Amino acid sequence: MEYEIRIAHLYPNLMNIYGDRGNLLCLRWRCEARDIGVKVEEIGIGHYFDSESYDLILIGGGQDREQRRIAGDLAEKGERIRAAIERDTPMLAVCGGYQLMGREYRTAAGDVLPGVGVFDAVTVHPGEDARRCIGNVVAESTQVDAPLVGFENHGGRTYLGPAARPLARVTRGNGNNGEDRTEGAVHRNAYGTYLHGSLLPKNPRFADRLIALALEHRYGADAPALSPLDDALELSANVAARALSGRTWRGQAARGGRSSS
Amino acid sequence: MPTTAGERAAPVGIRLRTVAAVLAGKAAGSLARRLGRGGGTALPGLLAERIEPQVVRRLAGQIRGPRVLVTGTNGKTTTSRLLVSILRAARHDPIRNGAGSNLMRGIAATLLREADLRGGLAPERPAVLEIDEATLLMAVGELHPDVIVFTNLFRDQLDRYGEIDAVAEVWRTTLGLLPAEATVVLNADDPLVCGLQEGTRARILTYGIDDPSVAGAAEHAADSRWCPRCGRDYAYDALYFGHIGLWRCPGCGDSRPTPDATATSIDLSDDAARFTLTLPEGKRTIELPLVGLYNVANALAAAGAALAMGLAGEYVGAGLAAATPAFGRQERLNVNGREVRLLLGKNPAGLNQALHTIVAAKGEKNLVFLLNDDIADGTDVSWIWDVDYEMLAGRARTVIAGGQRAEDMALRLKYAGLPPALVTHDIAAALQGGLLRSGEGEPLYVLPTYTAMLEARESLGRWASAGHYWERDDGI
Repeated sequence: MEYEIRIAHLYPNLMNIYGDRGNLLCLRWRCEARDIGVKVEEIGIGHYFDSESYDLILIGGGQDREQRRIAGDLAEKGERIRAAIERDTPMLAVCGGYQLMGREYRTAAGDVLPGVGVFDAVTVHPGEDARRCIGNVVAESTQVDAPLVGFENHGGRTYLGPAARPLARVTRGNGNNGEDRTEGAVHRNAYGTYLHGSLLPKNPRFADRLIALALEHRYGADAPALSPLDDALELSANVAARALSGRTWRGQAARGGRSSS
Repeated sequence: MPTTAGERAAPVGIRLRTVAAVLAGKAAGSLARRLGRGGGTALPGLLAERIEPQVVRRLAGQIRGPRVLVTGTNGKTTTSRLLVSILRAARHDPIRNGAGSNLMRGIAATLLREADLRGGLAPERPAVLEIDEATLLMAVGELHPDVIVFTNLFRDQLDRYGEIDAVAEVWRTTLGLLPAEATVVLNADDPLVCGLQEGTRARILTYGIDDPSVAGAAEHAADSRWCPRCGRDYAYDALYFGHIGLWRCPGCGDSRPTPDATATSIDLSDDAARFTLTLPEGKRTIELPLVGLYNVANALAAAGAALAMGLAGEYVGAGLAAATPAFGRQERLNVNGREVRLLLGKNPAGLNQALHTIVAAKGEKNLVFLLNDDIADGTDVSWIWDVDYEMLAGRARTVIAGGQRAEDMALRLKYAGLPPALVTHDIAAALQGGLLRSGEGEPLYVLPTYTAMLEARESLGRWASAGHYWERDDGI
C-alpha cells in the first residue's frame, strides 16, 4: 500500500456508546477498498497524545459516568489536541465526545466538566427531568451533497459561540439544542455532531470527506484522489433513513435517561 | 352502604369495581384471541385498569404463595420459564406471564386470565412474573414480591431505558423499599448487578459461573468493565461475555462474592449444556436442554430463586432437565422438512451470545437477520454496530437482511464481510428467500429483533402449521 492514514481513536473502551465503533469500521472499509492503509492507535487514560502523529482523530459518545471519568485526562491532553486541530488535523467527535470538545459541559447534576475548547460551544444539561432529545435526524449540510442522517439521544443542549459554525441545519429532529435548528459544529477540519447511526456508514460522502482531509493532512498536494466506490447500499440506507425520520416523536416518550449526556 | 349481590358473592376483599374490571378484561381477552389479535396479551389489562386502577393490587393481594419477580436486560423470559419448570417439578402450579407481557398491563392481563369470574385467585399458587427492567419499581409497589431475581444489566434500547446507570439507580431505589423478609437473588458475575446488594435490608443470595475454561474473548459491546467506586478497570480472572465474569477491582478491592449457587465443569454442546450445580445442600449434575453459556447463567438464576424459595435440589435438577426453549429464543421449527432456528437478538450482548451459538455449530450457515425499529425493538438501530457479526464472516452460505430497517442491517452485514443476497422490508419474503437459498439438510438461522420475531414466528408458524404463539407459549 502506497498510502496510509493514521487514526487516533480516543478512549475507545469508554466512549463507544450507541455504536460509534461503526464510524471506524466504515473508514477502514472505505480506505482498504481503495488500497489505502489504516493504522489505528487507541488512546486511553494516561496515554500520551502526540499532536503531530495522526491524520484523523475520532472520539465517540459516552454517558455522564464515562465523561466524568475522562474529563481530567482530556484536560491534560487538551493543549496537544488543540494544537493538532490548528495544524488542520481532521476530527470527528460524536455526542458525548462532541460535548467535551466544546468549551465546557454542565452535567445534569450541575457540575461543570471543562472541555478541550476545539469548538466555541457550551453544553448545558437542563436537569434530569428535562425532555431528552431522542430520535431520527435529517440535517442539510454544505459539507456534503446528500443530507446527513442519523439518530440523536442526548440530554445536554449545545449552544454555539460566535467563533463556531454549525455542521448542518436540521430539517427533522433537534440537533444541538432543539431551538436554533443548528446541528453539530465545524472548526477548521474538526467536526462535532450529535448524530449516531453509526453516522458514517449511511453518510458515505461525509466519510469520504474525512478520508480526503486525512490524506491531505498526511500527503499535502501529493494526496491521491479517492476513486468512487459502489455506494448503492449506503445511499439506499440514507434515503430510507430520510423517510423514517418523521417518526422522531416516538422516542421522546422515553423513560429513564437520567444522569446522562 | 348496602352491599350488592355481586359484592356478597365475590371473595373477601374483592370490590364490585374489581369484578367489573375482571369481567371486562376477560371478555376483551377472549374476543382478541378469537379475532386472532395477538392473543390478547395487553388489551385486557389496559381495559381492566381503566375500570379499576388497582386491579393488579386487588388480584395479586390474594396470592399467598411466594411471589417471584424476574428482571434484568437479558434472560428474563428463559429464567422465568426455567423457574416455572422447577416449580412444576415440585408439583406447584405457578401463575406466570409470558410472550413478553412484562409491563404492568401484561401483569394485569396475566392475573385476569388466571382469576375466576368473580376475581378470585387460588391463594396457594406461587407467581413467577418477568418484569421489564424499567417497570420494576412500579411492579414492586403493586405486587409486594417475596423474591426478586436479577439476571444481568447490559446496555439495551437506550432510547427507551436511558443509560445503564439510570436503570441501576432505579433498581437500587426499588431494593431500598424491600422488607427484611424479602430475598434478592443476584448474579455474582455481573458487577453492576452485584453492586445492588448495598442499601437493601432484604436477604441476599448470589449465583455465578465458576469455570474459567468457558471464558471467551472480549467483545466490543462490553462497556462496563470498570469500577464505579474508584474508576479503575476491573481485572478479570475469567471473562465469560460482555462484562460478566470473575471480576475484581485492583483499586478499591471490591470483588465478586463467593456465590451461593455455582456452575462448574461446564460442557456446552450443539443441543445442550451439562454442568455441576453446587447448592448449599450439595452437588448435582444438570442436563440443561438449552444451548449456550448464557443459558447456564439463566439456569443458575432460576436455581438461585428456587433456593430462595426453599425448594429441594432434586426439583431444580428435574425442572431444568425438563425445560424447553422460550418463545422465539432458540425455538426450532420444521418448515416443509427444513429446520428453522429462531434466535431472538435485541441488544449487542444478547445477539453476540446467539452468534457464538451459531459459530459453534458445524457446517455452512444460512442466516436471515431481521431488524425492526418499533418501540419494543428500540427506535435507535445503531446498536447493531456494536455486535460482532464479523465472527460469522467466511462461514455463511446465505445472508439475508430484512425488516423495517433492512438497509441498515444490510450495511452492517456488508462491513462485517457478510454481504446480503437479498434486502427487503418484507419479513415473509426474507424468510422465503432464506428457505430457498439454504443448503440441503442445513438449518436456517433467523435472528430477529422483538417485533420482527413476532412477525417471523407468525409466518413460520403458518407454514409449519404450528399453533399461534400465545397458545404455544402457555405450554412449557
